[in-house]
Amino acid sequence: MLSIKNLHVKLEEEDKQILKGVDLEVPAGKVHAIMGPNGSGKSTLSYVLSGKDGYEVTEGSATLSGEDLLEQEPEERAAAGLFLAFQYPVEIPGVGNMTFLRTAVNAQRKARGEDEMSAADFLKVIRAKAKELKIDADMLKRPVNMGFSGGEKKRNEILQMAMLEPKMCILDETDSGLDVDAMKLVSEGVNALRTPERGFLVITHYQRLLDHIKPDVVHIMADGRIVKSGGPDLALEVENNGYADILAEVAA
Amino acid sequence: MSQTQTKETPTEALIKSKAMPGEGWSVTAREDALNRLVSMGVPHRRDEYWKYTRPDTLTQTDPMPAAVFVHDEAPLFDTLDRLKVVFVDGVFDAEASDDLSLEGLHIERLATATSDLHWARDIYGTLEKNGQDPVARPLAALNTAFATDGVLIHVTGQPSKPVSLIYRHKSETSDAILHHVIKMDAGSSLTLLENGPAAARLNKVMEVEVADTAEFNHVRAQGRDHERRAATHIFARLGAESAFKSFTLTVNGVLTRNECVIELTGDDAHATVAGACVGDGAFLHDDTVFITHDAVNCESRQVFKKVLRNGATGIFQGKILVKADAQKTDGYQISQSLLLDEDSQFLAKPELEIYADDVACSHGSTSGAIDEDALFYLRARGVPRAEATDLLTLAFLAEAVEEITSQELREELNKRLASWLERHSS
Repeated sequence: MLSIKNLHVKLEEEDKQILKGVDLEVPAGKVHAIMGPNGSGKSTLSYVLSGKDGYEVTEGSATLSGEDLLEQEPEERAAAGLFLAFQYPVEIPGVGNMTFLRTAVNAQRKARGEDEMSAADFLKVIRAKAKELKIDADMLKRPVNMGFSGGEKKRNEILQMAMLEPKMCILDETDSGLDVDAMKLVSEGVNALRTPERGFLVITHYQRLLDHIKPDVVHIMADGRIVKSGGPDLALEVENNGYADILAEVAA
Repeated sequence: MSQTQTKETPTEALIKSKAMPGEGWSVTAREDALNRLVSMGVPHRRDEYWKYTRPDTLTQTDPMPAAVFVHDEAPLFDTLDRLKVVFVDGVFDAEASDDLSLEGLHIERLATATSDLHWARDIYGTLEKNGQDPVARPLAALNTAFATDGVLIHVTGQPSKPVSLIYRHKSETSDAILHHVIKMDAGSSLTLLENGPAAARLNKVMEVEVADTAEFNHVRAQGRDHERRAATHIFARLGAESAFKSFTLTVNGVLTRNECVIELTGDDAHATVAGACVGDGAFLHDDTVFITHDAVNCESRQVFKKVLRNGATGIFQGKILVKADAQKTDGYQISQSLLLDEDSQFLAKPELEIYADDVACSHGSTSGAIDEDALFYLRARGVPRAEATDLLTLAFLAEAVEEITSQELREELNKRLASWLERHSS
């Protein structure tokens, strides 16, 4: 479903190549994980796919269900079914969380030519989903992510994912800043969204998250490329031995 | 003798072009004001408080034409239960207005309130005169001398609904001078609404005497006629434990200068002056505020937010003066602008002058672009750029709108702002 071919990306501001030929296929219904050391380009990949400014694609392609992602505006990618759970969810003073979510849901529906969700229906759905993620009414009323703890911010990301029902979810270090209980809660939220139609790309530093969100395939990224792919065991190998062994093996 | 000495000065020319209403209780105040104007002269760009705003189009004798803005929206505050007082091009319109009787207050029209012993005599021109020191406000003196219409409101109790002054603009060359006097008795309360452009060029003064424990709430929306000009002054004197809250929404208008001069003279009084403005293109909006703390344990807040684009200019000159005996003063001042492009500008001059030693005063002034991270976050959730920008713009203005006490009025203004922004960006 998500198909990335030979993707080369550099920073717009400086002449620095970050991605140097990424190839990746995430089929519907599967969970792929990307692990890798700091600076390997994991977060850049998530930003480029979701359309953040400041990056220039110099070569290669990325498509979602055959649609060219790289030509689209961020909002078009979202409406096409791409979702990025941010590593650092942004605080937006003055915009209520609920208003934000309803605006987003209806903007996507509109873009897809569907009817907008009524206020009453929206309330019913969001209350049920918020409850599963232990998000209380106060968090829904407050401005987006304002005064939220690290765990609350990540739960809020998953709530957005649940409301927007994307085809392809990218989770960028969703485990960062989470304690064990929060990680469990977030993972349960993600697992509840796993369906045969939906793909996941889970970016993480640690194997820990993958105990909760079980991946089908694990990729190791280093220096802007996927250098090794394997089953869930690959994550355990990283956890036990670090990246050095794998990188040395690839270099050899 | 050289010729230049006999040439008429701009002040003389302006005075010659006006006619002073010649009889009744206000004559003395008008003559005093005329003398003030003569000694001060009309504002000049060299004046400290007119550095950023050119005063010439506000003082020239020829009318400054402004096309009447035509729109199909329901008038603001339309669904509210209120007492309507309508002015058309600066002239009271009895037919369009409600019957002016309402329990808890007395309203009279300035132009016809002629009895010699009128209560307004003690206030008319008095608060304006007090407000001339230390900063001269010649346009307000001009107003006191030559005002042709306005309302005198004596609030004695708790009126059941707001008084709503509606200012219609019908003539492209109208030049209006309105002067309102509001006297709030101890313990009384009033919500005063104002909306509309009033005239092609408006000079308006409102003097508000707020007695002990009285509460005055003011919400105004200045009309959206693109070419209109306005110079307005609010002069307020606050008694002990009284509250004064004023909020102004300004969208469009080629030139708007809103001055607000407040004196906290009784202990434990509270004053809030807030404003939100949205300017696009040929737009200059100037908030000039002067708050004097002259009593113990008073609080004042100034909250101003401006959204500017396509070369619009925003100005804020705000001062808090804390006199030596005004201990336990809590003064807060913030002025912020959101510049949606590089052509727009915001000029701010926050000032604090403090003579008491036990006070807490803070001020902040910022100007910045839209938060790109927030914009991307919204777009990544599917909200198109224009809609996301509107949402962030509204959120920026919300902090000023929040200063309005009434939730109903807050919602009314937020709703309008949202629809105006939406029309604008579509």
